[in-house]
Amino acid sequence: MTTENHLLEQVRSAISQRTPLYIQGGNSKAFYGNTVDTTLLLDTTSHTGVVDYMPSELCITVRAGTRLQDLEYILASEQQLLPFEPPVYTSASTIGGAVAAGLSGPRRPYSGAVRDAILGMKILTGHGTIIHVGGQVMKNVAGYDISRLMTGSLGTLGVILEVSLRVIPKPAHELTLAISRPHDEAINYFTRLRTSGLPITASCYLNDEIHLRLSGSTSYLQSLVKKQEGQVIEKADAFWQSIRNHTHDFFQQHDKPLWRLSVAPASTASARLNTDNLIEWGGGVRWISSNTPANIIHSIARKKGGYAVLFRGKIAGVNTFPEPEPALLALHKRLKHKLDPQPVFNPGRLYREL
Amino acid sequence: MTPEPDIRSKLLFHLQEVLAEDQLITAEEELRPYECDGLSAYKKLPIAIVLPETIEQVQQVMRICSRLFVPVVARGAGTGLSGGAMPHEGGIILGLSRFNKILEIDVDNQMARVQPGVTNLSITQAVRQYGLYYAPDPSSQIACSIGGNVAENSGGVHCLKYGLTVHNVLEVQMITVSGDRVTLGSAALDNPGYDLLGLITGSEGMLGIIVEVRVRLLPRPEKVNVILAAFNKTEHAAAAVAAIIADGIIPAGLEMMDKLAIQAAEDFARAGYPTDAEAILLCELDGSQAEVNEQSYLVKRQLKLKSASTITEADTPEQQARLWAGRKSAFPAVGRISPDYYCMDGTIPRHQIGHVLHRIHVLSQQFGLRVANVFHAGDGNLHPLILYDANIAGELEKAEQFGAEILKLSVDVGGTITGEHGVGNEKLDQMCYQFNDNELQFFHLVKEAFDPDQILNPGKAVPTLHRCAELGQMHVHHGKLPHPELPRF
Ligand SMILES: Cc1cc2nc3c(=O)[nH]c(=O)nc-3n(C[C@H](O)[C@H](O)[C@H](O)COP(=O)(O)OP(=O)(O)OC[C@H]3O[C@@H](n4cnc5c(N)ncnc54)[C@H](O)[C@@H]3O)c2cc1C
Repeated sequence: MTTENHLLEQVRSAISQRTPLYIQGGNSKAFYGNTVDTTLLLDTTSHTGVVDYMPSELCITVRAGTRLQDLEYILASEQQLLPFEPPVYTSASTIGGAVAAGLSGPRRPYSGAVRDAILGMKILTGHGTIIHVGGQVMKNVAGYDISRLMTGSLGTLGVILEVSLRVIPKPAHELTLAISRPHDEAINYFTRLRTSGLPITASCYLNDEIHLRLSGSTSYLQSLVKKQEGQVIEKADAFWQSIRNHTHDFFQQHDKPLWRLSVAPASTASARLNTDNLIEWGGGVRWISSNTPANIIHSIARKKGGYAVLFRGKIAGVNTFPEPEPALLALHKRLKHKLDPQPVFNPGRLYREL
Repeated sequence: MTPEPDIRSKLLFHLQEVLAEDQLITAEEELRPYECDGLSAYKKLPIAIVLPETIEQVQQVMRICSRLFVPVVARGAGTGLSGGAMPHEGGIILGLSRFNKILEIDVDNQMARVQPGVTNLSITQAVRQYGLYYAPDPSSQIACSIGGNVAENSGGVHCLKYGLTVHNVLEVQMITVSGDRVTLGSAALDNPGYDLLGLITGSEGMLGIIVEVRVRLLPRPEKVNVILAAFNKTEHAAAAVAAIIADGIIPAGLEMMDKLAIQAAEDFARAGYPTDAEAILLCELDGSQAEVNEQSYLVKRQLKLKSASTITEADTPEQQARLWAGRKSAFPAVGRISPDYYCMDGTIPRHQIGHVLHRIHVLSQQFGLRVANVFHAGDGNLHPLILYDANIAGELEKAEQFGAEILKLSVDVGGTITGEHGVGNEKLDQMCYQFNDNELQFFHLVKEAFDPDQILNPGKAVPTLHRCAELGQMHVHHGKLPHPELPRF
């Protein structure tokens, strides 16, 4: 039996018995989202491999259980990469999990989020069918954009079997500059950078230092560095890996809950939270390790045009994601009910009601 | 399908209660301008046109129509090319043209909040003074509305590098069929929950009414270069497209035109195109001076390797505008050499361009209709323009059949029936070809979640399973023909 048929049978049996499934790839993001109340596992990790890859089409189609590490290795051998640079929390992390979680890494403000790279999918549905949506080309408006709907839905609407992703050429060369700046100047600095024309592909602020990754040809970068302030750092790759994969010391302190605020990039730093511990994405993401009550953190993030997620650490009575407005929650519920009527897929993981 | 007379009178009674007199149109001669969109082959007259000016009015109109089960077709500027905004006979047109204000320009965050009736080009004009622009640039940009762009997920000549509408919209305010107002997306770079912003983009007015849009703006590039290359063989031009991308370059735009299109455009716009060429490529590169210089060198090298007969560069804004003028006026230019034309919109994988153009050529001879090809080569989005004369009996039908063959061909080579113009009323049959029943059923479930009573733009975008069954065509899926050995013409 193919791995696809095996998954199909498990889902069909779950549907007929109305038993919820916990969909699991590498299990590297188990902490992300609410706990799912079931013991029945749907393991995608044996559903692996590249279905189609033609580098000049800038598209790769892979099975969901393919490890991110393996996928990146294959792309690198053709001088290409994933534009959204997803976190690889453990070597077991899969592309299916990365897409379902919808988390993007340092490159996101400069070459797009996970959802921006999605071209199409093969999905196992809550009706026990297998469907293809989207395709392998960038411009495609036939049918509703179901693949984007699946992206970031944390496995609550179906099982991603295969995904077609847009890939980009790997820059010829990269280097990273470190620039000292006091905390209260960081956001303004990032704002000015947005119109600087510099070929930035990653940015962050931590411990009074801004880090900027620049990408391009060697000669171009050399000429830029002469005009720029700051020091070219060594082991830049390792630095960005540690930010991307959360192996940096900053992410290793577990005494307080870790919040991720995704906000309008130029919005001011919050005096209420007294310090923005780590800033990423040119100001768009602020990581805060804090005991401030959840409702205050949510309110601050809303005022800055975004939202807050309780990323790591559990607080009694607090869900991972903020509750949407009633009319918006109602749309979520109706979609869930239509697409996963029993329901069998990851109940509660995204919102308790779903 | 005409509604019960008392539904009609109830509807008009309730509408006039919430709208000013000049916001409700019912006289037949005033309904006429709304009978079709940019695809004038399909026409219908609605009961009424409503032109609300506030979001509350849109909510009230939706509540009234939901209660009375009256279909609502949203309309922006009516430039759509697939009949998406064509009226429903038993329903109303909800025109968004009076929502024409730019509400906020946020220079620091590089975004703007605009009303849905604002034209695409006026956003770029309004933010130019800050060194910013809105990237997606459909050729209809002087007329089409941003609300229509979101509803169609419109593209343009710069999508290859800067993406489609879906990549450049951050947030949408939407009125649901029951009149609720919801915010999809935010000012941040990602969002929790289902990506309803992504789902609504390209949904052709089937899921909700867009009443406000927050767009992402980009800084103007320091330097732009446009390269024009002529080829004696179409296959060489097609090969050059693949070679440029394979070399690791993503041009801002990469467009192709064939001989008939070149000649029509040159007659019309005097862009300086070589009229003896079989095909031309227009390649735009942008970025810093150094990046553009490097990329121009690499692109020219690939063009030469693929036997370009001439290569010209335009590095002043005036010269560039002249080169683009030919491309951007290609549709009206073709309109001058034929009484009518029918524009197709399939997308195919880049490596299939040469093959598909050849097949279109063969089909053109078989149908006895000329075709001008002008398209977004970089992303494989074809726009074959089929030339015909509606006054000759049977030619329109022949053009439609020819078009359908091209779309099937696009699906067979791994592409899609529509890259940017949408399914609308026009490509319902071809949807049966691209998707199987389970897939279409899934789309219907999504529609039911948003609009259980089929109030919004009913009958468009997704065909009923019944229609596909009636069509009774052999089902081909994802390019796998049941009998690939048989000639299919
Ligand atoms: C000469 C010409 C060139 C073109 N070039 C291009 C091109 O390069 N690229 C491209 O992508 N398209 C192109 N188009 C097609 C067309 O301009 C686009 O599809 C455009 O986005 C339609 O915008 P509109 O405001 O005219 O929408 P309309 O035609 O009014 O409506 C289009 C669809 O959107 C829905 N809709 C409109 N407004 C709303 C709203 N506020 N809320 C919900 N639903 C809504 C309608 O119901 C309909 O289904 C071209 C058209 C012409 C005539």
